[in-house]
Amino acid sequence: MAARSRNFLARLSPNELVAAGKEALLPLIGILVFLGFWHLAAPQVQTSLGAFPGPAQVWEQAGQLWQEHANQRERASQFIAMQEQRNARILADNPDAEVRIRSYPGAPTFIDQIGTSLVTVLSGFALATLIAVPLGIVFGLNRYFQAAVNPLIQIFKPVSPLAWLPLVTMVVSATYVSDDPMFQKSFLTSMITVTLCSLWPTLINTSVGVAAVNPDLLNVSKVLKLSFWTHVRKVVLPSSVPMIFTGLRVSLGIAWMVLIAAEMLAQSPGLGKFVWDEFQNGSSQSLSRIMVAVLAIGFIGFLLDRVMLLIQKKVAWNE
Amino acid sequence: MSKTHLELTGVEMAFDTPKGPFVALDNVNLKIQKGEFVSLIGHSGCGKSTVLNIVAGLLQASKGGCVLNGHEVNSPGPERAVVFQNHALMPWLTVYENVELAVRQVFRKSMNRKERRDWITHNLELVNMAHAANKRPGEISGGMAQRVGIARALAMKPSVLLMDEPFGALDALTRAHLQDSLMEIQQELNNTVIMITHDVDEAVLLSDRIIMMTNGPAATVGEDLHIDLPRPRNRVALADDAKYVHYRQEVLSFLYEKQRKLESLSSRRAASASTQGGESAKVEKEKQPASA
Ligand SMILES: Nc1ncnc2c1ncn2[C@@H]1O[C@H](COP(=O)(O)OP(=O)(O)OP(=O)(O)O)[C@@H](O)[C@H]1O
Ligand SMILES: [Mg+2]
Repeated sequence: MAARSRNFLARLSPNELVAAGKEALLPLIGILVFLGFWHLAAPQVQTSLGAFPGPAQVWEQAGQLWQEHANQRERASQFIAMQEQRNARILADNPDAEVRIRSYPGAPTFIDQIGTSLVTVLSGFALATLIAVPLGIVFGLNRYFQAAVNPLIQIFKPVSPLAWLPLVTMVVSATYVSDDPMFQKSFLTSMITVTLCSLWPTLINTSVGVAAVNPDLLNVSKVLKLSFWTHVRKVVLPSSVPMIFTGLRVSLGIAWMVLIAAEMLAQSPGLGKFVWDEFQNGSSQSLSRIMVAVLAIGFIGFLLDRVMLLIQKKVAWNE
Repeated sequence: MSKTHLELTGVEMAFDTPKGPFVALDNVNLKIQKGEFVSLIGHSGCGKSTVLNIVAGLLQASKGGCVLNGHEVNSPGPERAVVFQNHALMPWLTVYENVELAVRQVFRKSMNRKERRDWITHNLELVNMAHAANKRPGEISGGMAQRVGIARALAMKPSVLLMDEPFGALDALTRAHLQDSLMEIQQELNNTVIMITHDVDEAVLLSDRIIMMTNGPAATVGEDLHIDLPRPRNRVALADDAKYVHYRQEVLSFLYEKQRKLESLSSRRAASASTQGGESAKVEKEKQPASA
């Protein structure tokens, strides 16, 4: 890896090297200044749980959380292995015996919570996209429809997730009744809340993009007598892809923010719950651990946006 | 040849504007024979595009109507292909795919895949654009894009080809080249062509007839000039042909004596800005209260 990066540097001309250096240097300076300021300012802030944690404590807790996760995994695989051995023995005695393997009952670790949150946010966002893009196309194509639903969009768009949450919780627990549920109710509640809050930017941007297709291109479509579906597929959709992606990126950002809030409030598994549990726990390390979660939330949000950007570059014609 | 192919009768076009209806065209009558090349000429904003759009079916006349081969025109269709003023290619499709979209739509049933591919390439070759088949419109010049727009229209094998200032945005050399190719193509295919132009020489060189429109509002056909010059025509040889010079003279006198525009200085500035900026539609809208 190091050899390859040195190779890569050697291939750059001096000018490019300076440019690359500048590009990397300024953000690096920004981060270092921030860390220095944090380091100096943190001890000044006293809380009931001791001084606010500095970068060093947070780093240490990050390692700690990783260690806990590794230990937990270790124990889980031992637990499974033990059961397998026992089952093998039972089957050796009696080949017709019914054997089961129970999953490890330990509490989810920080890393597990990240995984849960990611799955939830992506499901909620995917559902929002599946609803918002087709609806946006319909609204954008039909001026009357747009006029009819516009007030509703304007009213629902600014609603906070905290307001939706109790309603969603009640509706989910009332309607999703099954003996062998495919999803956990907490997952559904978080996911639906995410969907409800994040679908608006995609919906609005899609309808605006669809309504703004170049009139000349619409005339071409009319002269060619394209069928409705071909018109949508070949003219309307490609033309509004840039706008749709702008909406999708805003939506995904909102989805991630909303999810953390929803998990905290509803105590459903995920990063939000991790933060809340640490807050309730109130040990001397809690603040550092919450800070690790804060940084992880920010970093994951950033990564999600980057991934969307990459997809946009692949899909959109104007990139 | 003598049977009427396309006929406009008593066409009136009134646009709804916030200040009430604006009558752009009033009692436009026009008969066009099959295979005729007709130019529409007139001052900016007189209603040439409106006439073309009515024939295309993109606009509905408020009175009167348009009949093609005995059938009333009331919606657009590929048998009346349009070359738009600013090429109107889909920016996300390559040159080839732009033509393909049209060809697949029109010949879905009558041509197989290979025939369609050959036909697309043939039409791109006709306008000398086969070399750029895989480029996007954003990667080629305005003149090249305009040529692709023409190829797309020709590829539909239209019985009427409608062109709204097809060469307006091009430099003189490209324009001359395209005019020559258009003459050849039209000779070969014998399409009926209606072309809007601002350029007197272009009109005389290419047309069998020049329809001169009066100034709007309530514009109508002012004069109808038959150009009786043998084909194929050669621009260099014609330059000092007595008949050619005479026809040219007729059009110029119509435009600059009989229909001289009495405009205020400011609106003329706006008009010249429009030809430079290529945003004529916008300027027309500003100009409209002055002329109404
Ligand atoms: N949709 C519309 N609504 C209102 N007025 C319109 C509309 N379209 C055209 N007009 C008016 O009708 C008149 C004729 O317009 P048209 O575009 O046909 O002119 P034109 O002869 O093609 O001009 P140019 O040579 O500049 O392209 C203009 O005065 C214009 O302002
Ligand atoms: Mg026009």
